[in-house]
Amino acid sequence: MTYLAKPKLHHPDLQKNALGFTRRDYEGPVSTLCAGCGHDSISAAIVRACFELDLPPHRIAKLSGIGCSSKTPTYFLGASHGFNSVHGRMPSVLTGANLANRELIYLGVSGDGDSASIGIGQFAHAMRRGVNMVYIVENNGVYGLTKGQFSATSDKGAKSKRGVVNSDEAIDLVGMALQLGATFVARSFSGDKAQLVPLIEAALKHEGAAFIDCISPCVAFNNHEGSTKSFDFVREHNEAVNALDLMIPRGEITADYAPGTVEMVTQHDGSVLRLRKLHPEYDVHDRIGALTYMQERHAAGEMVTGLLYVDPNPRDMHAHLKTVETPLNALDDAALVPGAKALEAINASLR
Amino acid sequence: MQPTNIKDPDYFHKVVDCQWACPSHTPVPEYIRLIAAGRYADAFMINWKSNVFPGILGRTCDRPCEPACRRGRVEEEPVAICRLKRVAADYKGDISDRLPPRPTSKNGKKIALVGAGPASLTVARDLAPLGYHCVIFDGDSRAGGMIRSQIPKFRLPEEIIDEEVGYITDLGPEMRMSQQVNSLKALLAEDYDAIFVGSGAPRGRDLDIPGRQEASENIHIGIDWLSSVSFGHINKIGRRVIVLGGGNTAMDCCRSSRRLGGDDVKVIVRSGFEEMKASPWEKQDAIHEDIPILNFLVPKEFRHQDGRLFGMTFEKVVAEYDARGRRRLVPAGEPDQFFECDDVLVAIGQENAFPWIERDIGLQFNEWGMPVVDETTFQSTNPRVFFGGDSAFGPKNIIWAVAHGHQAAISIHKMCMGDDIRDRPPPGVNITSTKMGIHEWSYDNDISLDLRFKVPHRDKVIALKDIKAEVELGFDDKMAFAEAQRCLNCDVQTVFTDKLCIECDACVDICPVDCISFVPNGDEADLRTRLNAPATDLAQALYVSGELKTGRIMAKDEDVCLHCGLCAERCPTGAWDMERFLIDVAQAENACCSK
Repeated sequence: MTYLAKPKLHHPDLQKNALGFTRRDYEGPVSTLCAGCGHDSISAAIVRACFELDLPPHRIAKLSGIGCSSKTPTYFLGASHGFNSVHGRMPSVLTGANLANRELIYLGVSGDGDSASIGIGQFAHAMRRGVNMVYIVENNGVYGLTKGQFSATSDKGAKSKRGVVNSDEAIDLVGMALQLGATFVARSFSGDKAQLVPLIEAALKHEGAAFIDCISPCVAFNNHEGSTKSFDFVREHNEAVNALDLMIPRGEITADYAPGTVEMVTQHDGSVLRLRKLHPEYDVHDRIGALTYMQERHAAGEMVTGLLYVDPNPRDMHAHLKTVETPLNALDDAALVPGAKALEAINASLR
Repeated sequence: MQPTNIKDPDYFHKVVDCQWACPSHTPVPEYIRLIAAGRYADAFMINWKSNVFPGILGRTCDRPCEPACRRGRVEEEPVAICRLKRVAADYKGDISDRLPPRPTSKNGKKIALVGAGPASLTVARDLAPLGYHCVIFDGDSRAGGMIRSQIPKFRLPEEIIDEEVGYITDLGPEMRMSQQVNSLKALLAEDYDAIFVGSGAPRGRDLDIPGRQEASENIHIGIDWLSSVSFGHINKIGRRVIVLGGGNTAMDCCRSSRRLGGDDVKVIVRSGFEEMKASPWEKQDAIHEDIPILNFLVPKEFRHQDGRLFGMTFEKVVAEYDARGRRRLVPAGEPDQFFECDDVLVAIGQENAFPWIERDIGLQFNEWGMPVVDETTFQSTNPRVFFGGDSAFGPKNIIWAVAHGHQAAISIHKMCMGDDIRDRPPPGVNITSTKMGIHEWSYDNDISLDLRFKVPHRDKVIALKDIKAEVELGFDDKMAFAEAQRCLNCDVQTVFTDKLCIECDACVDICPVDCISFVPNGDEADLRTRLNAPATDLAQALYVSGELKTGRIMAKDEDVCLHCGLCAERCPTGAWDMERFLIDVAQAENACCSK
């Protein structure tokens, strides 16, 4: 933790994106989290993803609940919209915001306590409704703000810093997201930006409910021997199914790869994901296969990471509800109050 | 790459770009911190130990440190190092009790110093406290050499010279002023254990073109003229003056002319404005005093009538560059240009002159008429004779003369003690953590965003009326503090301990200048292309760790590191530490300041 603001001075060769912004323009005030916190790495990954995608900061809304993870939106995208909601209630607030203005890019940031304990119902419904958002859970397996008790995602058998063994079964948020119909599901690790940044980029481009479970070691309370969410443990047991190399504009010619080793996934908005397969038999479009594979590997003590499932043509909440294209908050009085004649016509059609 | 050997004193010394660039290796960030703390006397003593003439250099130094300053690479301008040095001198108060005492006993060794300029005075300062009997000869009546004779008083007031030369003469050297040495052979025949030659480059180059002889009444050699002005022999000049030459002497000549009756003074140079040898700030000061600088004009003829100069003609040239980038000035094909004038000052260079050194005393000269001098020991081919300053390798600046003096003093001391003079003493190195708390350091690591402060100048109308009125007024304490805060503390080093690192990326994320990367190892050329930000400045080192747990290494590009310490503040394991690195380049027994 530092009290000093990050100096404004930057590298003389710092690049600008298509909007003329540097990566530094996507940062926020300096973090007050513990030194070395995985969450800060995720913030840096979000900053990089938004910079690389040329996203206008004022078109992004970042929402969060309560907890270490939910503090982080303060520390990135300083020029974006932000909402810090009640504990576990980020998904419903975000759903409401999305209903009112479908044109913003929604980024929900939550933690394992906020989403797997107090907010698990909210998490479930946001997924099953297909809210067009990126839902990132910064998952460290402990309640950091209250000094490191096991959280609902702590693995059974994991040891706390004081040597207590966790006897409860862990909630697998990735498995739930898959079951509940999320159309983009990934798992990553705060200590691997090469994997994480492209996944956030792909999720931001996904026009549906995109869920990323990001293992994020708590250096203060969960980075010891016996922890299953420590830097060392995750690095030793990380089993990536694929590597999302880059996102490219549609139609661009790519380098040659051996047949079957690379898969191009074109998302609804035209963005193309180039996936390098690390497990040839893994099918990123097979929801049931993904669930099975994950449970198998989990039983073998491995942690599966990468892009686990993607539906390139998702339907989101607005499609389900058949709302108009114009954001509801932009409709004028005439559209919102069509008048007695229109009401008469509607009533007549129902008779 | 192999892990960086940070035990090599040169490694971190190079990171302190200003100190590395300084010929005397003055610990710049250390004294700037002391200025910020209001400890002016301490800041002065650090300077005095290293560069001997803080108040003089704080006004006149050529500042090799400033182009090297890291601040200039991350912002528009470097720290005003030179003018902060002056601040230390201006506000130090009485430091007499901190100076080495005049030795009460002699060591029985006697050395002669030829010339009382900065090189000889440095040798005397280093050796007199050790008990040497130093005898200083100079043709001028007062000590100081070119510092006194050539630098105009409006840049360097006399009392500053008196004070700082006085600190050395107070150490008790025997001053034989107005006593020019006319024969080295005769000096060698006396009972000196060693002779140091610091006689400068006293001869101004002349310009042999038509009309030179006929109009000689109104044509003056720049440094001789400055010297005459300095000693009060000349106090006026014609109304229209042409100064030939583009170096700092030319700038001093033109600005002095403006104060002695010249109201139409111009500088005319052969080269382009940009290639002029004068320091940029001296050119600015001249222009500010309404002195135009005309370039690409080669002098062709002094025009005169009845033995009286009335103007000069010049040929307009253009610069052409050959395939190897060498410049050639070729006629532009335009008509010659004529400028009226009453006086001309020729400031086109200085030369060494050794008519007083006999060529049969075992002292070799090279093909350019310069003595053969060892670049490390400053010993000539006559083992008892040492050279330094401009007389060693041609005209340079005061700070070089000081650096030479320190090295020659070491050599003379070693020789007199019967040691091998090639065995140079190592520098004193001290590196200590600045950590005082979780996010508290013993240096101010908050980076100031202020731009460089300008030194206030005396009103031009008043300044031009009095050749002794100093133009620069110096920073006041508030400006000095603000300017001092611009220093990045490059001597507080980022020290990395690989076995403590857990590769959490916290340092990478917080670094404001993207200088830290965790990457697979490779050779240096390859590594430089794979870092978070391109490491294109090959003069700046990469700091590379041993292998980490993931098989990667930490590679830090030293180039634009702000030394803000945020990497260390964000590091959860203390793998990064901010350590103050002080390097004290050795002097003869470090007799002047033991602390």
